[in-house]
Amino acid sequence: MKKLFSAFFAVVLICILLALGDLALNHQSTGGSGKTLTIYNWGDYIDPALISKFEQQTGYRVDYETFDSNESMLTKIRQGGTNYDVVIPSEYTVQRMKKEHLIAPLDHRQLPNLRYIDPQFLNQAFDRGNRYSVPYFWGTLGIIYNDQKVTGKDVQHWEQLWNPRLKNNLMLIDSARDVFAVALITQHDSVNTTDYQQLKLAQHHLKQLTPNVKAIIADEMKMYMEQDEAAVGVTYSGDAREMMNINHHLHYVVPSEGSNIWFDNMVIPKAARNKTAAYQFINFMLEPGNAAQNAKYVGYATPNAAAKKQLPKKITADKAFYPPANTMKHLQTYRDLPLRVLGEYNDLFLEFKMFAK
Amino acid sequence: MRQKAMFIVPYALWIVLFVVAPLVLILYQSFFDINGHATLGNYANYLTSSVYLKMTLNSVWYALLITLVTLVISYPTAYVLNHLPNKQFWLLLVILPTWINLLLKTYAFIGLFSRTGTINQFLQFTGLGSHQLLFTDASFMFVAAYIEIPFMVLPIFNSLAEINPSLINASYDLGATQWQTFRKVIWPLSMPGVKAGIQAVFIPSLSLFMITRLIGGNRVITLGTAIEEHFLTTQNWGMGSTIGVVLIIAMFIIMFMTGDKKQKGGRS
Repeated sequence: MKKLFSAFFAVVLICILLALGDLALNHQSTGGSGKTLTIYNWGDYIDPALISKFEQQTGYRVDYETFDSNESMLTKIRQGGTNYDVVIPSEYTVQRMKKEHLIAPLDHRQLPNLRYIDPQFLNQAFDRGNRYSVPYFWGTLGIIYNDQKVTGKDVQHWEQLWNPRLKNNLMLIDSARDVFAVALITQHDSVNTTDYQQLKLAQHHLKQLTPNVKAIIADEMKMYMEQDEAAVGVTYSGDAREMMNINHHLHYVVPSEGSNIWFDNMVIPKAARNKTAAYQFINFMLEPGNAAQNAKYVGYATPNAAAKKQLPKKITADKAFYPPANTMKHLQTYRDLPLRVLGEYNDLFLEFKMFAK
Repeated sequence: MRQKAMFIVPYALWIVLFVVAPLVLILYQSFFDINGHATLGNYANYLTSSVYLKMTLNSVWYALLITLVTLVISYPTAYVLNHLPNKQFWLLLVILPTWINLLLKTYAFIGLFSRTGTINQFLQFTGLGSHQLLFTDASFMFVAAYIEIPFMVLPIFNSLAEINPSLINASYDLGATQWQTFRKVIWPLSMPGVKAGIQAVFIPSLSLFMITRLIGGNRVITLGTAIEEHFLTTQNWGMGSTIGVVLIIAMFIIMFMTGDKKQKGGRS
C-alpha cells in the first residue's frame, strides 16, 4: 500500500513539474504582453519564418494551432468556446461556415493588399465578391505517375485510367467527391451534379475501373507512391508536390479536359478575439514578398499575381502546378451540396468500394 | 446497510454516465434523419439496402475468420506457456506488443509487406521474386490476427492455469490417454477462457476500420468503414447510429451465445 502511495505521489509530482515548466516557457515567449493572434491552419502550411517576422513587425504573439481535415475543424468551431482569429478552410467549407454564420464579413478597406490577387481567383462562386474569404493557396486534382512504370503520354487524360494495361496499378484517394469527379468529367457532367441518374451512370463507369484499382486510401498514398508501390495515383497537387520532392520518378498531370480546382482561404471567425491583428495578419500574408516566400516554402500554387512574378521561372513555368489557360478554363470548384445529395455521393461510393473486390 | 449503499454510488454513476447514457443516445440518434425529423427510415434503409446487408455479412465473416485464426494460434500457445518454467515472463512477452500503439504496429506492417519491404527483399534474395502482399485478404487477416492474439491468449492462459493438476493426474490414473484427458478434462475446464477470448476478439473485429484502409486498401469493407463515413463525411449521424445499434445487437447475440449457461441448469 505504501509503495502504491509513493508511486502515485511521484506521478503527481512529475505532472506538477511539467505544468510549471510549460508555464515558465510560455511566459518567456509572451514577454508579458497579452496581445495574441491565434491562427488555426493545416499542419505545416506556412513558412515559420513568416510567423516570426510578423511577430517582430507588429509585436503580437502568434499562437499557431493545426487541424487535419475541414470537417474536424468545422466541428470544433461549431461547438464554440474557441477564439481563433484567422482560420484557413477550403472553399466548400467557407460556403458552409457562411451558411451557419460562423465567419464574419471582411472589411476590404483594411486589406489594401487584396489588389495583388490575380482577378481570376477572386469573386468565385463559393464567395461572391470575396465578402468572407481571401484565397491563400490553390491547387488541383490530378494524376501522379511513375515514369519507370508508365510512359507520360499514357496518362494524360482521365479516360486513360481505364486502360487494361494499368491492371491493379492505380491508387485512388479515399474521398467520394474526388473519385466521382473523375467519372463525372469523363462523361462531360458537372462535378457538382445533383442528378441521381448522372451519379448512377458515373458509378457504373467507376465499377469498370475496379480491375485497375489497387487501393483506395488517404494520406498513406504519399508513402506508397514514394516507395514505387503503384504506377499511377489520383491525388491533389499539394500531395503530389510532396511525393515528387522525395521520388524524382514521379510526375503530376492535370488532365486538359477538366478537373477540380480547390482553394484554401483565410477567413475571420465571428468568435475572433483580436480582429485588428487578424486583418493585419491577412494583409501581411498578401504582401507579394511574403506570399512568394510562403509559396516557396509550402510548394503550392499562389493566387497572388505579384508574388508569382517574384518566384523563380522554374516554378511558375511548371504546367503541372500552374496549368495553361486552356486547362484552367475547364477546372471546376466543388460547391457545398445539400446533405441529402452528399449522402447519395457517399452511399454510391461505399457501394463502389464494396464492388472493388 | 447504509454504508454498503454508499459504496455502490461510484459504480452506479460510472455505469449510468458512461455505459447506459451513450447507448441510449446512440439509440435515440438512430431515429432521426439528416434534417432532424424523427423517422424509422434509417432502419428501413439498412434492412432494404443490399449494400449494407452485404457489408454486415462481410464484417461478420471476417470477424469469424479472424477469431478462428487467433483461437487456433492462441490455444496451443497458452497451453505451452503454462508448462514452461518462468511462465509469467513468457506471458509478458506475448502481452508486450499491446503496450505499443495500434497505429504504429500497423505502419510497421506496411514497411514489412510493401513492394520494396523486408519480406519482398527476402523473397527476391531467395529467388522467389517479389509478390503483391499489401491490399490482399491474407495480409489483412494476418495483421488483424496479430493484433488480437494477446487478447485471446490471456484469458485462455488464466483458465488453464486455474485447472487443478490433481484432476489431470486423476484422469491419467484412471487410464485415460493424453488425448482423452485433453478432450474430457482440460478442454471443458478451459472453456470459460476460450469463451472470454472469443468475446474479446470477435466483438472488436466486427468494427475494425483503420486496418481495412491501411493494410486492406479499402478493398475489405466492414461496418466500421460505414460508421466512420457517416459520422465524418456525410454527417448523417442517424444512419451511423443505426449501424452502431446493429453492431450492439450483434454483440449481445455473441455474449448470449458464449455466455455461461450453467446457471440456467444446462450442462456445460
